Amino acid sequence: MDPVSRFIRDEPDEAAPGVARIAVDAVSSKEARSLYAARQPIYPKRAHGTFRSIKWAVMVVTLGIYYILPWIRWDRGPGLPDQAFLLDFANQRLFFGPIEIWPQELYFITGILIVSALGLFLVTALAGRMWCGYACPQTVWTDLMIAVERFWQGDRNARIRLDQSDWTIEKIWKKAATHASWMLIGLATGGVLVFYFRDAPTLAAELVTGDAPGVAYVFMALFTATTYLLGGIAREQVCIYMCPWPRIQAAMFDSESLLVSYRDLRGEPRGPHKKGQTWDGRGDCVDCKACVAVCPMGIDIRDGAQLECIQCALCIDACDDIMGKVGRPQGLIAYETFRNMDARSEAERRPVQFVRSRTVLYSALIAVVLAIMGWAWVVRSPVEISVIEDRNPLFVRLSDGGIRNGYTLKILNKTHGARTYHLSVEGLPVTEFSILGQETSAAGMIVEASAVRAFKIYVTVPARAKASLTASSMPLQLVITDEETGDRLTRDTSFRSAGR
Amino acid sequence: MSGHKEIDAVTGAETTGHVWDGDLKELNKPLPRWWLYVLYASIVWSIGYWVLYPTWPLVSTYTHGMLGYSQRIEVARDIAAGKESQAKFVAAIAAKPIADIEKDPDLMEFVLRGGAAQFSNNCAPCHGRGAQGFKGYPNLNDDDWLWGGTVETIERTLRYGVRSGHPDTHDSAMPRFGVDQVLTSAQISDAADFVRSLSGAKADPAAIERGKGIFAEQCAACHGADAKGNQEMGAPNLADAIWLYGGEKSDVVETIRTGRAGIGVMPAWEGKLDPVTIKMLTIYVHSLGGGK
Repeated sequence: MDPVSRFIRDEPDEAAPGVARIAVDAVSSKEARSLYAARQPIYPKRAHGTFRSIKWAVMVVTLGIYYILPWIRWDRGPGLPDQAFLLDFANQRLFFGPIEIWPQELYFITGILIVSALGLFLVTALAGRMWCGYACPQTVWTDLMIAVERFWQGDRNARIRLDQSDWTIEKIWKKAATHASWMLIGLATGGVLVFYFRDAPTLAAELVTGDAPGVAYVFMALFTATTYLLGGIAREQVCIYMCPWPRIQAAMFDSESLLVSYRDLRGEPRGPHKKGQTWDGRGDCVDCKACVAVCPMGIDIRDGAQLECIQCALCIDACDDIMGKVGRPQGLIAYETFRNMDARSEAERRPVQFVRSRTVLYSALIAVVLAIMGWAWVVRSPVEISVIEDRNPLFVRLSDGGIRNGYTLKILNKTHGARTYHLSVEGLPVTEFSILGQETSAAGMIVEASAVRAFKIYVTVPARAKASLTASSMPLQLVITDEETGDRLTRDTSFRSAGR
Repeated sequence: MSGHKEIDAVTGAETTGHVWDGDLKELNKPLPRWWLYVLYASIVWSIGYWVLYPTWPLVSTYTHGMLGYSQRIEVARDIAAGKESQAKFVAAIAAKPIADIEKDPDLMEFVLRGGAAQFSNNCAPCHGRGAQGFKGYPNLNDDDWLWGGTVETIERTLRYGVRSGHPDTHDSAMPRFGVDQVLTSAQISDAADFVRSLSGAKADPAAIERGKGIFAEQCAACHGADAKGNQEMGAPNLADAIWLYGGEKSDVVETIRTGRAGIGVMPAWEGKLDPVTIKMLTIYVHSLGGGK
């Protein structure tokens, strides 16, 4: 059977007076889909209503952030990029406004990812797959692609007719315009992505003149292709087959989670409603299939909670519209908890318990991780040092009988100006030290802005103080003092000798 | 397979149409389409490799591919690129005196890393990877130098070696006091007690006193009246805590008896290593902590 002809049937039904019964199958429902069958096209109908408006707003905000963010400037002084948000591989840093994250501080990114994951769990526990339905890039871009498709080819019925028709000039140009628009959106997506990694105005000019790094073009091409393929072509297939989250989210729900649900107790038994017929003894569902027609995933929400449902709530908009037309109360499909779904009357309904063990746990974990990150940020030092002890030889016996140890001291200056540090050695009663390349041990160690510098340090315990070396390894501290601020930073190390 | 599709009654799935042992049938579980298309796309993609890259072995050669890629060429290019990136440092090292190089932190970083690598390649077999030395092979970390620890003297030792046969080499030989019967065993023992006492070793005071006289007669000419050695002739300082051949009495006796002469040879590196490498090694050794 031609995959399209299935939608055109001799069912000129009216579900209710003034409400057409739409010939549509829930092609992605568990019973209908087979891993081995060809994919059946979905022609989502345009929805109107509260949730559709929210989705438009979310789309504008998220895409707006994505496209505008790289162009926002932030002055950091000379020699540093002035882009507010930049993953700077050249300087090996992540810039985000006043925040600078160095490679060795990637645990901040880890923290953000943990908070994001916990936030996702919390939202899912409260109101189901809000992320999937509203904010996931796959959803946002697919929504945009469908809007573009509708712009060129018309709404559901027009698109079905177009797909069915022969290849006329009209069909060719409409299809070509659609795919060209999708590719342009893909290009814009991939094009903006690379701006996050290199100064946007500079890179924009380079891209036009062909001087941009090859990797920029590669990633543009990659993201153009994936946006076009995933958002334009694959769409719901990504959510159903490729994404792991639908498999995990079932463990995140409980009986108090607000999920997009069809209230079957109220809706069933379903069936067409004729003018003047009583509503007694039957459900409110007139089986118009408006909810199925608007579904971008190709499912029937009336089958109950299912993995394929991204909970975008467009079926709520569609059904509320119909309920208004047939004169029944809205909310046959609504955000509802499993527990209230089972309520047979208003009296049995309970207020939704937002405070429950799992939401409290998620919130507490988020608070803990945020507190740890905040603490780490506050105590974060503008300088980092590390000390590597010489291992070969562990120690050197000097001609006067003294013992010398060698250390490599690395100082990372994260500030935007050159800094001078002074070294002192603590932990043993008598030590002398020298810094390779410095006239005296009191000379300052200069580290340029945003640079790491290694210094070779020689610490000697003179022969007269050898009695202090009571063990083959004695604790020792190398301390650096910032000449400007007086801040001290200490690193524990050890002093090796043959011992007593 | 025939066009006829048989449906298995139990599972409702298609069968392959093959029958074994009269009634065994196999369910047909085709690959998911997206998977199959990825496989086909990969096959098509692989043809590009045949055309572009070396692929098929032939009898005496192989298909070279249009890109002319070869790992040997890649390595040669990497080496050339490495040399290119080092060129400005190498030129600066060649041009500048050592004192100036030591004042330039960026240049010093290059010199010390490069020097360490060259040390591992050329010097470590005798002096050890950490330059810690072995019995008979001096420790280069300490402040005790046979032929001098300034950059000039270190460079000279590196270039011409010790007992290397080079016309400008350092050369010295300690007499074989015992083997050649210049001193008796008792005298050698007394001399050993004396030189060990200079760095605090305990011995019979009478023996030390006798050894002092023997030292003044036989040893002071090279090692100095105060036994602090003479770097002009490579005579070690005997008054310090460092012993090239060991500081136990038996070690010192053996040294006086045989002179240890002729066994300590350092090659002349002039001509074997280029001047820039010798300069880097000089600075590296000088930086090890004992440099004067």
